[in-house]
Amino acid sequence: MIEIRWHGRGGQGGFTVSRLLGMAASIFNGKHAIAFPAFGPERRGAPVLAFTKIDDKKIDDRSEVEFCDYVVIMDETLINTSLTTGLKDDSVIIINTQNPEKYSEFFPKPNRIFYLDATQIALQILKRPITNTTMLGALVKVSDVTDLEACYQSIDKELSSGIAGKNKLAIESAYNEVKEYQR
Amino acid sequence: MKLDNSKKLFVSGDEAIALGVRLARPHVISAYPITPQTIVVERLSEMVEDKSLDADFMHVESEHSALSAAMGVSAVGARAFTATSSQGLLYMAEVLSYCSGGRYPVVMMNANRALALPWSIFGDQSDSLLLLGSGWIQCYVEDAQEALDMIIQAYKIAEHPQVLTPFMVNLDGFILTHTYELVDIPDQSEVDEFLPPFSTPNQMSLENPMNLGFSSTPADNLEFKYQQHQAMLNSLSVIEDIDAEFGDKFGRYYGGVLETYQTDDAEHIMITVGTITGTTRVVVDKLRDAGKKVGLIKLRYLRPMPEQALIEAVGDAMSIGVIDKDISFGHEGTIFTNVNSALSKSNQTPKKHNFICGMGGRNISKNDIIEMFQLLEDSVKGKDIPAVNFINLNTSIQEKE
Repeated sequence: MIEIRWHGRGGQGGFTVSRLLGMAASIFNGKHAIAFPAFGPERRGAPVLAFTKIDDKKIDDRSEVEFCDYVVIMDETLINTSLTTGLKDDSVIIINTQNPEKYSEFFPKPNRIFYLDATQIALQILKRPITNTTMLGALVKVSDVTDLEACYQSIDKELSSGIAGKNKLAIESAYNEVKEYQR
Repeated sequence: MKLDNSKKLFVSGDEAIALGVRLARPHVISAYPITPQTIVVERLSEMVEDKSLDADFMHVESEHSALSAAMGVSAVGARAFTATSSQGLLYMAEVLSYCSGGRYPVVMMNANRALALPWSIFGDQSDSLLLLGSGWIQCYVEDAQEALDMIIQAYKIAEHPQVLTPFMVNLDGFILTHTYELVDIPDQSEVDEFLPPFSTPNQMSLENPMNLGFSSTPADNLEFKYQQHQAMLNSLSVIEDIDAEFGDKFGRYYGGVLETYQTDDAEHIMITVGTITGTTRVVVDKLRDAGKKVGLIKLRYLRPMPEQALIEAVGDAMSIGVIDKDISFGHEGTIFTNVNSALSKSNQTPKKHNFICGMGGRNISKNDIIEMFQLLEDSVKGKDIPAVNFINLNTSIQEKE
């Protein structure tokens, strides 16, 4: 089973993207997936946690995610030592930042760090700093949890036609821009 | 997610309930929103608005009114749906017995949530377990697919002429209501074949006037209650038949009143209700790989209490554990009481232990369940294990005792 943890702030679409990925992997890739937020009240701007679990077989385990394979950080101001819990040696971290060196101490080797300026991409394409689909594009590039085509289909199904096209562009752009931080 | 006519949708437990309700073609939905049930009511009102569901949506001012209205709908021979949770269910409590005593087969979804105080929006099963005696059939489901399927089955069971008893479908708050997963959506035409329109011999009608919702004297009260009890017992076989019929038509069988997993040669069996079943199944696989003879009984119904099926499923296991997301203060977990009472009617004498956990939304981890199985094994080996065990209780609280 692959477990993905999404970190964002209320309003950035963290829970939406956890569902988009689950939809892509299940409906369009034929795997099984569940997606859920860290349960509780929702507030704009407050830290938001969301999870996607993906597996080849039906997912019975509904307990909290203990160890994750991918940590996707949509907002770098959220990074603190608490984000290092639940990491495995081979966990992969994806950060929305221009300055990955600032965070390498939080995620010591052997965790691999990937980064991109997702906010810039989102501002250019979506005209607002909503980085959820952009970070999905980066995740698709650095993992094999799903593919671009399945993401596009999920977006067509989930988002209104007015914003679907731009979000697909944002995914593609992020897919091309994400880089590994070499340390 | 657009709840369109796709064959497969990636939806939450709450949305699966709304989709199931739409397929069951209720005439009236009367409901009051409460976390974590709110999405059910929101989606249904959207469906009524966009005309994909031909029903009246009654906006009521409370849960008490929601069920009162649903009961009235059922009395004139129409199909009613309502949904609630926690304090909302308790606020409805007065009407629950009116509805069951009047033999109005209303279907209700309950999102299992903790009871105040301390106030909490998070999940446990204290709310519905408090109302086991209210005369409603109580079913507990494990995932969104089962939630959708059980709404369709619920109407068929509740409206069966030998049952005519209201039906509560329980979903663990958040863990199921707010988790998104893949759900197969049955065809409307097949659901229509499976679930014919509601008709009842007790219909309020001007053409055929009769006394409904009446009072009784001591001379006949017991006879009414006896019939109500008998109807609930009748539902045991109806549940099995309808589970089989549903499986034949839609390809999904749920085992009727309960589902067993790896129980045939099991020495230690965990009994679960609701979503914790899935995590326990994963633990059973893990322990089986390590050579432990463990199994699982998923108790799908608590009313009617499937006593005979439970006795047979436990077989000659050496121990059983019962996971309760509830505590009846001063006694034990309510599911444990019910399971214990059922097993006392057989000659089996397994060690029996109750595990209180998951209260107010607390996570129950795989390691917690492994620990529970270990306690069962220790008990069989002669170690003195209490009947009631609180799992993951903060040690500073324990020390104060």
